[in-house]
Parts: sequence; C-alpha cells; structure tokens
Amino acid sequence: MVNIATANDVKTAPADQAADFDNKMDLILSAFKGDEGELIPVLQKVQLEFGYLPEKAIKRIAKFVRVPEVTVFGVATFYAQFKLVPTGRNVVRVCRGTACHVRGGARILKEAEKRLGIKPGESTPDLEYALETVACIGACALAPTMVVNNDTYGQMTTKKVAEILHKEEQGE
Amino acid sequence: MSSKSEQVRLALEQEVVGAGLKDVKVDFTGCHGFCEQGPIAVVEPEGIFYTHVTIDDAADIVQSHLIGGTPVERLFFRDPVTGEAIPKYSDINFYRRQKRLILRNCGHINPEKIDDYIAAEGYEALKKVLAGMSPQQVIDEIKKSGLRGRGGAGFSTGQKWEFCYRAPGPQKYMICNADEGDPGAFMDRSTMEGDPHTVIEGMTIAAYAIGASEGYIYCRAEYPLAIKRLYIAIEQAEQRGFLGENILGSGFSFKLHVKEGAGAFVCGEETALMASIEGKRGMPRPRPPFPAQSGLWGKPTNINNVKSLASVPVIINRGAEWYAAIGTEKSKGTAVFALTGKVANSGLVEVPMGTTLREIILHRRGHPQRQGVQGGADRGAVGRVPAGQLPRFPGGLRNAGQRRLHHGVGGHGGAGRGQLHGGYRPLLPRLHPA
Repeated sequence: MVNIATANDVKTAPADQAADFDNKMDLILSAFKGDEGELIPVLQKVQLEFGYLPEKAIKRIAKFVRVPEVTVFGVATFYAQFKLVPTGRNVVRVCRGTACHVRGGARILKEAEKRLGIKPGESTPDLEYALETVACIGACALAPTMVVNNDTYGQMTTKKVAEILHKEEQGE
Repeated sequence: MSSKSEQVRLALEQEVVGAGLKDVKVDFTGCHGFCEQGPIAVVEPEGIFYTHVTIDDAADIVQSHLIGGTPVERLFFRDPVTGEAIPKYSDINFYRRQKRLILRNCGHINPEKIDDYIAAEGYEALKKVLAGMSPQQVIDEIKKSGLRGRGGAGFSTGQKWEFCYRAPGPQKYMICNADEGDPGAFMDRSTMEGDPHTVIEGMTIAAYAIGASEGYIYCRAEYPLAIKRLYIAIEQAEQRGFLGENILGSGFSFKLHVKEGAGAFVCGEETALMASIEGKRGMPRPRPPFPAQSGLWGKPTNINNVKSLASVPVIINRGAEWYAAIGTEKSKGTAVFALTGKVANSGLVEVPMGTTLREIILHRRGHPQRQGVQGGADRGAVGRVPAGQLPRFPGGLRNAGQRRLHHGVGGHGGAGRGQLHGGYRPLLPRLHPA
C-alpha cells in the first residue's frame, strides 16, 4: 500500500533536487555489492536517509541492482514500509491488531486522527507528522498501543494520546 | 522497555552506586513473560519478584531491601483472585506451572552478553554436535525427539531437515522465519529479544545437519529491538568462533545474515519470505517444489520458526528421550502461548503440550470472571465447537486426530495465541486429542 501525503500540500522540495543527493546516494550504495537480493535493504537504507524514496533514487537503484525500474517500483509499492512521497517527519503508528482492538484501539486511533487532523496514510501539511495504522506491533500484552517514531507506548488511553503528542511537539 | 524499564534500571544503578554497595550488580534481561506486571525487577539469589516498579521505587528497593534486608512489600506480586502477596518468583503460580524450555533464559540472562548465555549451557549443544555427531545423527536425534514445527503447521522438524539433507547440490540455505505477523502473537519477538543466541545456536546446528553454508534470519521490521539484539549476538558469536569460517575448528562454516522485513504480512509465508530475501515482491508460489528441493535462488532450503530452533539446543543437550517424555504421544515438548485481550494478566506462558486451554487461561491468569465461566466451558468442551462459530478456533478441532489441536488456538496457522474477547465466552476445548 502506498502512503500518499496530500500531494498539494507538500511544501518541501523533493530530496533528489538537493545538491548533496548524489553524494548521499554514493555513500549508501557503496556499502552494497549490487546483487538483486540487496534491493530491499538498499531501499530501506535510502528511505532511512531521505524519509521516502525519491524518483531519482529509484532510477539509480534500478541501475545499481540491474533490474528494470518497473521492478523496483513493483517492490516499493508492494511493501507497506516504503513511501514514494515525502511524509511527516514524526510517524505516529496506532496498532489495530486484535488484542489492541479488543482493548479499545479504535478509540485511540480516532483520538489521534482528531489531534493531528489527518487520516491514516496522510501527513500533516507541514510534514511534521504522519499517521499510520499497523496490523500488530507485537506488544499485545500492553494493548492498546501506539508508537511514535521509535518509542512504544502501552496501555494507551485517549487522554494519553494528547499528552504524548504534546510532549513530542515540545521535543521531549 | 516501552514501560520505561530502561529508566528504572538506570535509577536502580544510580541508587546502588550512590549507596556504595559493591557486591550488588544491576543488569537487564529479556522478557519474563508476565507483561501485565511490568516493569519487573527480580532480586537474586533470593528470587524476590517486584512488579510495576517505577523510577521512584528504586530508592526503596536499595535502601529497604538491599541494605536493610527488608523486602519492599508493596511491590510484591499480588494474586488477582486471592489478593495474597507472593514475594518469591518460584512461588508464583504463573511461573510454577510452566515448563520454560524455549524461554528458559528469558528473564535470567542479559541477552546482549554472550557470556551470560555460555554460562547457561550456551553453545554446549553446538560443541557436542560438531565434536562427534554426523549430520544424519543430528537429524535422527531431532526426529526421535518428536519436535514439530512451532510455526503452527506442526510438521516433523527432523523429517523436514532430512528432506533438505538428502537433496543434491553443493549450495544449501538455512532460514529462520522471524516474521511473526499474527496479531496477538509476540512469542518469537520475546524469544529473540530475550535470548537471541539460542536461535543462532539452533540455526547453526540445523545448518550443519542439512549442509547449509549460509543462513538468513528474516525478522519483521516492526521488531527493531529483536533485530538489534540479533545483530549484536551474531557479531559476538562470530568473535568467539561459534559462527563463520571453520566453526570451533570443525571444518564446518556457516555465515548468518539478518534480513529485515518491509511491512508485508504475507512474507511470513515461506515462499513469499524467500522471494523477499531475493529482493522481489513477496508473492507466494505454489508447492511443489518444496523449499527442501528448490527454495532460495532455486537451491535446497530449510526454513524453521524461531521457537522450533530455540528448542534444538535443549534437545541436543538433554537428549531426545528427555524431550519426548514431555507432552503427549503425538505432540512432544512445550509450546509458548501469548495470552492477550480481555485477560487479567496478559503475557507469555510456556507449557507442555497437552495442557488444556482452561488451565492456561484460568490457573495462570486467575481472572475471577473466568472462573465463573468455567461451568459453561466444561459443558461446551471437547469436540463440540462447531466450525465457524468462533473465528478464533479452527473447525478442525472436532477431529481428535487433527494435529492442529496442538499447534493452534489461533486462526492463522495457529502458533499458540489465546485471545479472549469480551462479549462472548470462548468455549475451551482441550489442547490435545482426547
């Protein structure tokens, strides 16, 4: 599934227009051999660097791994992890797995939507936040859960959603 | 860790240092399995078990317990039914009735220290295998143990290894399926986070048995801590000569890689998983050919679940007969269950095969409401769950010979998840053929 930010609202310049884009790509690719099996790890590293997969990056990767561009696009769109457009810098993931659902995950999601003003799969216009749902993050005993970037929050309540997002804004 | 256990550990360390206690060591371990009670701190050697520990409790634990000799009662585990406080780990019902083999080290060792693993019989099984067992002997031992795939399908692990061993070809691959995607399941995650070396040791033994020189652990991206600990463990194992070229001087070489998933649930299916390792879309393909004949890059490949591999060192160390004495006639050994949803105490339990669901849910959980349901569950038990009525349980439960009974309470190939939903009472079938 492709994550599409509200494209009209994307305010930043595409990453592949930046001056250091080619250098960054050189650095990333230097760690790999160019085998077809490396395609997914390469895409993961590139996305880690730019926050998404810029079009020029895909072209370059296709050449590097020696597969057609359409194949790279096929892989990039198959896996939920990959984004083809810039998305919010901070990713808020609400778990919608069974255990979380049974413990009120839907309410947590609604609250997150309300607070951020976006739906799952979207990013805020200033590209600060992206909202996603996950099928299960595997912290089921702490359901319902929410992940912001690399921090997992368990035993969520609607009140905690506001608190956590506020803390993120403050940069804690 | 998401409940701030790292901060608690640091707070405890600070207090210990501040109090000048020289003979006290504060360390972190993997999951104890009793998630609902976390963060958990255990004081050894007494085995005092503290629950819901916060940063503010650190001072009390150090002052009152470590220095004063008086344990902090308010942090004791309390039985949810009787309300009784139970200070010692070994007395808590939740642990007493478990048989932790796969999870044997979780909660007892620091998963980022290979020496902890070695001190707990770690890599003894690998040494034993490489010192004097032929691949066929290893395979026979695993077959004799009766170990069946813990990924949920329950196919004889030894048999599967033998298929790959017999397949011709100079290049073979060993894969660990760590793409645990089933909602409610986190047994594999906890095993990898709490004891990554057991997975590595199991894989290396398997690779030796089938003749694979390269292996992959395919771990889903949603498990960053597991991935991190796997990388650390692999590096440590390589440094000590348990992985890589000429392992322990045996002439057997095995190179292990970690592949991170990219968010596709279907990649938990073995053919899609292999496609993903090859850098392709995770599109499943029909079988035959099976991976043992033609798998990764068309080469003979053997794929096992995390828990199956974690069982291997135990079987080699204690012997197939010892392992086969646990469980039932058709299902040997132990299974790990994740209890989540509307249960009083959610977490992980490992029990011998043949344990009834009722025992797992009620006796280990002690949820008062569930005890009220017991009567109804009794009547609705064994063999009377109509297919389709409860989506959580496979319809095949009616067939007593169905091996799925052992390997699943869940719907998706069932690797052992009990999900209790408020609103209807789950009927509680037995876990083994009556």
